Amino acid sequence: MTLDFARRVEVALRLNGRDLTTVVSPRTTLLDWLRDDIGLTGAKKGCNEGACGTCTVLVDGHRMNGCLTLVVQCAGRAVTTVEGLAGADGELHPVQRAFASCDAFQCGYCTPGQLLSAVACIAEGHATDDASVREWMSGNICRCSAYPQITAAVLAAAHGQGQR
Amino acid sequence: MRDFAYARAGTAESAVGTLGDAGTSVIAGGTELLNWFRLGIAAADRVVDIGGLDELRGIDRDGDDLRIGALATLNEIGEHPLVTEMAGALASACLQAASAQVRNRATIGGNVLQRTRCPYFRAEEPLPWPCNKRDPGSGCTSLAGRHERQAIFGWTPDCVAVQPSDPAVALAALDARAEVLGPAGPRTIPMREFHLTQREAAVLGEPMRENRLGPDELITGYRLPASTDGQAYIKVRERASYEYALVSAAAAVRLAGARAAGAREQGAAGAREQRIAAARVALGSVAQRPWRLAGAEAELPGTPLTREALTPVIERAMADAVPLPQNGFKVTMARNAAVRALLAAGGAS
Repeated sequence: MTLDFARRVEVALRLNGRDLTTVVSPRTTLLDWLRDDIGLTGAKKGCNEGACGTCTVLVDGHRMNGCLTLVVQCAGRAVTTVEGLAGADGELHPVQRAFASCDAFQCGYCTPGQLLSAVACIAEGHATDDASVREWMSGNICRCSAYPQITAAVLAAAHGQGQR
Repeated sequence: MRDFAYARAGTAESAVGTLGDAGTSVIAGGTELLNWFRLGIAAADRVVDIGGLDELRGIDRDGDDLRIGALATLNEIGEHPLVTEMAGALASACLQAASAQVRNRATIGGNVLQRTRCPYFRAEEPLPWPCNKRDPGSGCTSLAGRHERQAIFGWTPDCVAVQPSDPAVALAALDARAEVLGPAGPRTIPMREFHLTQREAAVLGEPMRENRLGPDELITGYRLPASTDGQAYIKVRERASYEYALVSAAAAVRLAGARAAGAREQGAAGAREQRIAAARVALGSVAQRPWRLAGAEAELPGTPLTREALTPVIERAMADAVPLPQNGFKVTMARNAAVRALLAAGGAS
């Protein structure tokens, strides 16, 4: 059996709740596609090698590095970026509110990745205590070192304190 | 990133059928391959995606074996109740690898095929210094330069790199077998023999070869024999999370007899009476393959489960270590990691 290798590939996926079809060069990463083709610049290009976590997005609810994921690997999947966290009316997600109330950032560059990682960390059941949050959020680097506030925000959101 | 043509495999056989062409690479999670393309480490023109193959998924008990599909992610393995029960050292090794988001992409099939973290190797092309892995015959910059994180076993002057995988150390310690599919059909490779030291590769006449997987073969899964041994994986690193190991150790321990009734009341005295009936132990990040301490395993039955008793046994088993000028500390660190792993596996820590 032979396979047909293609240099342009059509991919159907769901992005922030909207179904769309795109045609990409296979080497296009999810991160580059979001930023350059779609214009969603929330996911940041920090290290571009899977070391910093600023490009973290959700794929079918699981957090992943956008720089280590190809668009062609997302066929049929649901991608969520920071732009898709808030409600349709602009109401912030509880994790976003917790980050704001805990002052969980300084420069803000890592925040989109931190937010999506935090949403997943809580959904996975790993936001149980300080040590668990620090371990399960270790893939998101904050060079301003706002880690105590980020840890507090994740725990606050997990305990419902970001609810309105 | 390097440009390439792409196809999705519909079956494992169809993927293997494309690998006869040396310009074709497999992608599963992609956490290594994409960075290889960025750095110029891989030179494939075609990529075959096995990520949609349900036949390579799953974690199941099969008779007396634990079977793990090649596409199981490190997070899936690390948190799976069957793995926690039957192969605790592997679960622990998976969860101590990389970060939560990398572990959601990285598969156990690809993990053992990761390349060394040697910084001279992991540089962007054009390479500004010699590296025999990148440019065979050019030399090894690490040997004359920085090499504090490199091998203490099995290296040659051509290359002093170590294999950085955490799960591979547990798989080797637990006598796992890789299930492999090639053009001639399936075969298995014991994980304690899967990787090659530089010295072993030189004996084969292929000094830069890193493992026994053929270029046209695909890892489809792993089989681990059932075991009720206590298990542990100890990873020593420069920060508490999301860092490669300086050294690591996986251990599985069966104690002689059950702990005597009343041992709890006797406290430390009861614990001191524990003796090992059988033990397996492997070191990580000390060579280009997981390093089973066969000499220690032969000597450990009957040994008390104490630091004082275990340390000289491990020391004797590591007597053939040949550290480089900057990494003598690894001999002591690996010895202590092995002792800690045995103590933890035996329930004494």
